Amino acid sequence: MASNGYRLDSELSGNWLFKLAAPQAFFPVAGKMIPWFATLAMLFALPGLYVSFFVAPTDFQQGEAYRVIFLHVPAAWMSMFLYLVMAFWAALGLILNTRLSGMMASAVAPTGAMFTFLALWSGALWGKPTWGTWWVWDARLTSELILLFLYFGFIALTNAIDDPRRADRAGAVLAIVGVVNIPIIYFSVKWWNTLHQGASVSLTRAPSMAKTMLIGMLLMALAAWMYSIAVALWRVRAIILERERDAQWVRELRGVE
Amino acid sequence: MLGGLKSIIVRDLRLSMRRRGDILNHLVFFVIVVTLFPLGVGAEPNLLRSMAPGIVWVAALLAAMLSLQRMFAADHADGSLEQMLISAHPLGVIVVGKIVAHWLLSGLPVTLLAPVVGVQFDLSQQALVVLTVSLLVGTPVLSLIGGVGAALTLGVRGGGVLLALLVLPLFIPVLIFGAGGVTEAQAGMSASPHLSLLGAFLAMSCVVAPWATSAALRVAYD
Amino acid sequence: MNWGSFGNFIHMGGYAFYVWGSYLMGVVCIAGELVLLARRSRLAERKA
Repeated sequence: MASNGYRLDSELSGNWLFKLAAPQAFFPVAGKMIPWFATLAMLFALPGLYVSFFVAPTDFQQGEAYRVIFLHVPAAWMSMFLYLVMAFWAALGLILNTRLSGMMASAVAPTGAMFTFLALWSGALWGKPTWGTWWVWDARLTSELILLFLYFGFIALTNAIDDPRRADRAGAVLAIVGVVNIPIIYFSVKWWNTLHQGASVSLTRAPSMAKTMLIGMLLMALAAWMYSIAVALWRVRAIILERERDAQWVRELRGVE
Repeated sequence: MLGGLKSIIVRDLRLSMRRRGDILNHLVFFVIVVTLFPLGVGAEPNLLRSMAPGIVWVAALLAAMLSLQRMFAADHADGSLEQMLISAHPLGVIVVGKIVAHWLLSGLPVTLLAPVVGVQFDLSQQALVVLTVSLLVGTPVLSLIGGVGAALTLGVRGGGVLLALLVLPLFIPVLIFGAGGVTEAQAGMSASPHLSLLGAFLAMSCVVAPWATSAALRVAYD
Repeated sequence: MNWGSFGNFIHMGGYAFYVWGSYLMGVVCIAGELVLLARRSRLAERKA
């Protein structure tokens, strides 16, 4: 056990997967993976955008305004999925006491928050032409807003604590509590919304889905997913360098001596 | 174990009794926040009556939050928390004791004051009863969840506001069903589904929160 | 989906503000994230 409480990399012996759990080993691997995922992101985004704008037909009720869903829905999906990913890495770090897991959680968080914001922004821009107001206290949008608060909380907490180990572990406890609460929050907000909605329609009820619309959303979602992985890998590399700056291998990398 | 629990509660209560002003300030804050809303939205009785459940509940939330830092901060500052962690007492007992003490000093007084405040909004008797019961069941949940936040932000800079940021979103389900129940009662309908759900939240947080708070305390001290 | 003309495409059936407002924000967010990350990365690689 190293003096900072983390397992020495040499103690995680054998299994290549465990070897990869060492930041020093993961750093170059992550670097090699980034271009692949970036390329995949483009390979999904280009046909996705093409389908969204040139294949999917005009909607009967909402006209061209509905095309916002090809951005809004994938962003919303990613915002929720990335929170789960973040909580997963955080929990793993807490259980296995590995540095890299905590770093991955911190690497994912800003992208998750970005997608949450994008979902809210595009939701507002979708709501105005279709339902007349910039904001609707719809169950999904309200839950999305609360999710943004949860992301901000995680980021604020981990940034406020100077010791990276304590920051990671505190963030992990928070992320786990958050993950447990998200279904409860969603259920509560949904209930609250139906009470006050009455006969009005949910903002996020998409137009009756032509198959092409579904394909467009799926392609954009896959693009967002690949993008998120590429960005998370890039960010975790920066975090590794920041945290491990005193390590020999980092000093050699920078040519500091 | 129960003896240990009682001793922690008594200790926290005794320490707080020395600074009786804190509890009073807490209640005054609650009343001030409640009073702000009519001043902000106008004194139209029907409007106020419909808003009252939300107003009282939000004020209770904010008041609970303000006093949360007190749960661990003083003991952390003078080192007695560290002593407790090393001591033979199981951490869970210490945590539960502190949460109970916190509730007795913040949630319970607010619950007792709520009917008085509710009368200001011309709530019906039925609604007042539901308001009080909902706060009775709901404020312990605030103390439980808040304890996790207090432990996570122990000694962290920007603590108070950060604590609020962390903990308020988690309070939202309690707010929704607490205030929602009172609204139902106002409409003459049964609030038992809401109160049952609050009870379920209480049960759930009794299980989850002490674990999370203990984990957070260990994180802070390791 | 035949737009007829580039002008029609941009016009988006009158909903240009909402549709392009969303997608432009998407571009801003992604570009912003990438720029900030590049800066962070460069700083991390350089700082001694």
